[in-house]
Amino acid sequence: MEENIVSITVIDREGKEHKIDAPTDMNFNLMEICKASELPVEGTCGGMALCASCHCYVQSDNALPEASDDEEDMLDQAFFVEDNSRLSCQLPITNDLDGLIVKLAPVDETVA
Amino acid sequence: MIKTDILIIGAGPCGLFTVFEAGLLKLKCHLVDALPIAGGQLSEIYPKKPIYDIPGYPSILAGELVDNLMEQIAPFNPGFTLGERAESIEKVEEKLYRLTTNKGTQIEAPVICIAGGLGCFEPRKPPIEGLAQFEEKGVEYMVKDPEKFRDKKLLIAGGGDSALDWTIELADVASEVTLIHRRTSFRGALDSVDKVMALAKSNKVNLITEAQAVGVNGNGVLKEVIVKTKERGEFTKDVDYFIPLFGLTPKLGPLADWGLNINRSAIEVDTLDYSTNVPGIYAVGDINTYPGKLKLILCGFHEGTIMVQSAFKYIYPDAKLSFKYTTVAGVNGFE
Repeated sequence: MEENIVSITVIDREGKEHKIDAPTDMNFNLMEICKASELPVEGTCGGMALCASCHCYVQSDNALPEASDDEEDMLDQAFFVEDNSRLSCQLPITNDLDGLIVKLAPVDETVA
Repeated sequence: MIKTDILIIGAGPCGLFTVFEAGLLKLKCHLVDALPIAGGQLSEIYPKKPIYDIPGYPSILAGELVDNLMEQIAPFNPGFTLGERAESIEKVEEKLYRLTTNKGTQIEAPVICIAGGLGCFEPRKPPIEGLAQFEEKGVEYMVKDPEKFRDKKLLIAGGGDSALDWTIELADVASEVTLIHRRTSFRGALDSVDKVMALAKSNKVNLITEAQAVGVNGNGVLKEVIVKTKERGEFTKDVDYFIPLFGLTPKLGPLADWGLNINRSAIEVDTLDYSTNVPGIYAVGDINTYPGKLKLILCGFHEGTIMVQSAFKYIYPDAKLSFKYTTVAGVNGFE
């Protein structure tokens, strides 16, 4: 692991893998990293766990901070929620995230 | 018919501050907002959250900022049409637009400033196949009149305050109330959670946790909802009404069809004056986009300030506009 850089894999909604190097010393969260990499993550509320537009599934077994009540509350209003669901805005980029694999959850659109 | 100089769509912080800057140029404003209160996201989503990047305020609660903005613009006596969504615009004549809201209110102005933030807040609809065909035929996203549900079989989904409150309220009205929720714990007010638990214990409410609705069936009207739980797998529940209560989500709404250039749910503007591709229509705040855009309240304040200068020249092309500092001239309100 390079100093202050972790490697993260984001799988987009088409199943394509994106390997991203993310800095640990710039106070970013995973939603911001996805947006900066031009992945289709809205982050509508700006990272306050208030919109669920950065909902993702964690597919690796990295040690992650527990979801706060705010995050769980927001996930209650989201759809396609699974046991491994997280809001990526609530995952700060730390050394623990090295090797993380996440998949973007489907977008919040009603199936006609 | 309401007439004004600048019709502002969206009464969030940027829309409100634009009233102040317009007022300094003696332009009158009228604001329209789909929400029943002013303040936009700040009032609807995070009134109790502190904001740290408003110049001059090391920390200010979102709700307080809205109160202060309302006080700041009061001298300019803006008009408000709240709880109504801006639905359509038409060009009445050169330099005159007429806007109609979803409730039929009409407002005329030479300039429209869209300060719509994330768009209008609408109920979040669960992604269940075929759900849309039962809207108003058994599927309701909000409870307007509890009497509608008298002696009916209801399935309510959600874990927040509105799901809990309506479960409590409708338990006495409906013949059967089932509440389903994704988790075993609820995020609503503790008192409401206790009440629902008590109702479940006395079998007045059928509470199913770690569950979600995954399908709907019917024949013209809704007949049943397919519920999936961790414990029991999928099963079918006969219902008269399915009421999913998953909060509100912003949607761009009708203005997406107004002929404006839209890029990823935002309106493209020229940073010279925050004008859109349609003459006389401007967009400020979170709803606009341009290279280098930052969705910050303070940037929206700047955009509104620049925008009203351009709007003045658009309305009065022959008038001379001399910029005055408030420190020199003070704030002269309208009668």
